[in-house]
Amino acid sequence: MSVLKAENVTHYFDGLAAVSGFNLNLEPYELVGIIGPNGAGKTTIFNLITGVYKATHGSISFAGTEIVGRTPSAITALGIARTFQNIRLFKELSVLDNVRIAHYARVRYSPVEALLHMGRFQKEEEEIIGHSMDLLAFLKLDAYADEVSKNLPYGLQRRLEIARALATRPQLLLLDEPAAGMNPNEVSQLMEFIKWIRKEFDLTILLIEHQMHLVMNICERLLVLDFGETIAEGLPRDIQKNPRVLEVYLGEVKC
Amino acid sequence: MMINTSRIKQFKENLETKRWLLPALLVFVFALSLVIQQFELLDPYVQLIIMYVGINIILTLSLNLINGYMGEFSVGHAGFMAIGAYVASFLTVKVFPTDMAAWLFPLAVIAGGMVAGVVGLVVAFPSFKTRGDYLAIVTLAFGMIVKSVIENIDALGGPRGFLGMEKLSTLPWVFFWVLISVWVIRNLIYSNFGRGVLSIREDEIASDLMSVNTNHVKVLAFTVSSFFAGIAGGLFAHLLQFINPRAFDIIKSTDILIMVYLGGIGSIAGSVIGATVYTVLLEVLRPMGIWRMVFMPLVLVLLMIFRPRGIMGLREFRWFVPVRDMLASRLWREKKAGT
Repeated sequence: MSVLKAENVTHYFDGLAAVSGFNLNLEPYELVGIIGPNGAGKTTIFNLITGVYKATHGSISFAGTEIVGRTPSAITALGIARTFQNIRLFKELSVLDNVRIAHYARVRYSPVEALLHMGRFQKEEEEIIGHSMDLLAFLKLDAYADEVSKNLPYGLQRRLEIARALATRPQLLLLDEPAAGMNPNEVSQLMEFIKWIRKEFDLTILLIEHQMHLVMNICERLLVLDFGETIAEGLPRDIQKNPRVLEVYLGEVKC
Repeated sequence: MMINTSRIKQFKENLETKRWLLPALLVFVFALSLVIQQFELLDPYVQLIIMYVGINIILTLSLNLINGYMGEFSVGHAGFMAIGAYVASFLTVKVFPTDMAAWLFPLAVIAGGMVAGVVGLVVAFPSFKTRGDYLAIVTLAFGMIVKSVIENIDALGGPRGFLGMEKLSTLPWVFFWVLISVWVIRNLIYSNFGRGVLSIREDEIASDLMSVNTNHVKVLAFTVSSFFAGIAGGLFAHLLQFINPRAFDIIKSTDILIMVYLGGIGSIAGSVIGATVYTVLLEVLRPMGIWRMVFMPLVLVLLMIFRPRGIMGLREFRWFVPVRDMLASRLWREKKAGT
């Protein structure tokens, strides 16, 4: 069964079609990239999948469950996690707290137990700390656990965002321009990192990226968007030769 | 590594022993407050000021939950206080038998808090859709509505105010309620719910996308906050023995705001310090007459310039934070090193 299935998804902003007739089918463990010029509607698609926006038309189902109309927190709890184009960490909170917050949906203790710090509270809180620290250690961030997250260097902030997303225990991970602001060396490391977390956490990954080097090397399939419409879809090497894609990226070829 | 580990262990044990001192101290202070009240050991004026400090601590804590921890901007907090004050007073004066009023007083205060808590939902629901300046306007309007509703209810004395309450707020009672509010808010902050509240302050959208049910968190935060504002109102009414709608206008809300920002946002210790400093300073400066109202705002202006986060902004005393949270990463490392 497909992990994510978007059928004919259309979204309008006050009459302007930001995304129209978008279709996507993600199989388990796939790594798919979305590319396209600025304003093509890539991030809008992420916002539609995660419930930040509600699609005007069309359906999106996650592992067979329709998710259009659900709140972002409910969708995340189902198993979709994401990062953001411009890092959105909980800046004033510690690295550990950033990851702990992402455990919100899995807490079973009631507000009354939280109030008294009794019952299931102790055990679950300790589990959350344990799991968060294990995850940070796994991503080599445990040394920074008590740092205020805004003080981390840029690259580590990006990694922490991924750690935080993984803490929600997703099946599907959406990465919004994970390589933004990175130099070529860092991009190579990031590519290895993305492949590695996919393997370790058994993830399906959908990513938006501008760095062609990255998408061409790690994505198994690409979607090209322009003005809200999917203009091409296929293997990276085919996309590179697609005339419509070249036109969008390089301008019209006149002969 | 070994040295390091044992040091943490020692530190933890140290913290845990110190933690026994606190409840012991509190029991002692509570007993002391009972003795003071029984034998009138303190000047009634001083007692009155201490009780004002206590009531202001509860108000500051309750508003800090919304403005400091959750990062919303509520400016109508006196409205919740008014609801608590009127409900509790109405109960002790008009509903409860007069000779039983002293015994039923705690119930009246709780009832006031609960009604205020339920009304808190009125503000929680708009907060799902709006935030920042817009939510501030909503709360401002809410404060005005409460005031004008009370002014138009004859059974509550309308604009003339309501009286007939006995002086039921005593040092031990105020102290008891301060403890309850500190304890409840601390426990909530150091829980899943509290982390949800903080994440809303930091980035509401990211918070929602990290599976935090922001609507639940907001409902709970507004309810708890207005409950305690209502409690403070009930205590206030039975201390002053007279309330009128003007006592709960925007000026009162502003006073609470000042105490929150003076003490420091997102801090329980800050709330206690802010409320104490502000209340005591205003009393001490009474001989300055009208200049007091020049001096205090000046203090605030200087504070905002040199210490914009207030005295304790986003900080807490170490002994006040649960050991589990305080030493989270270190205990984890110790455990890893042990196995």
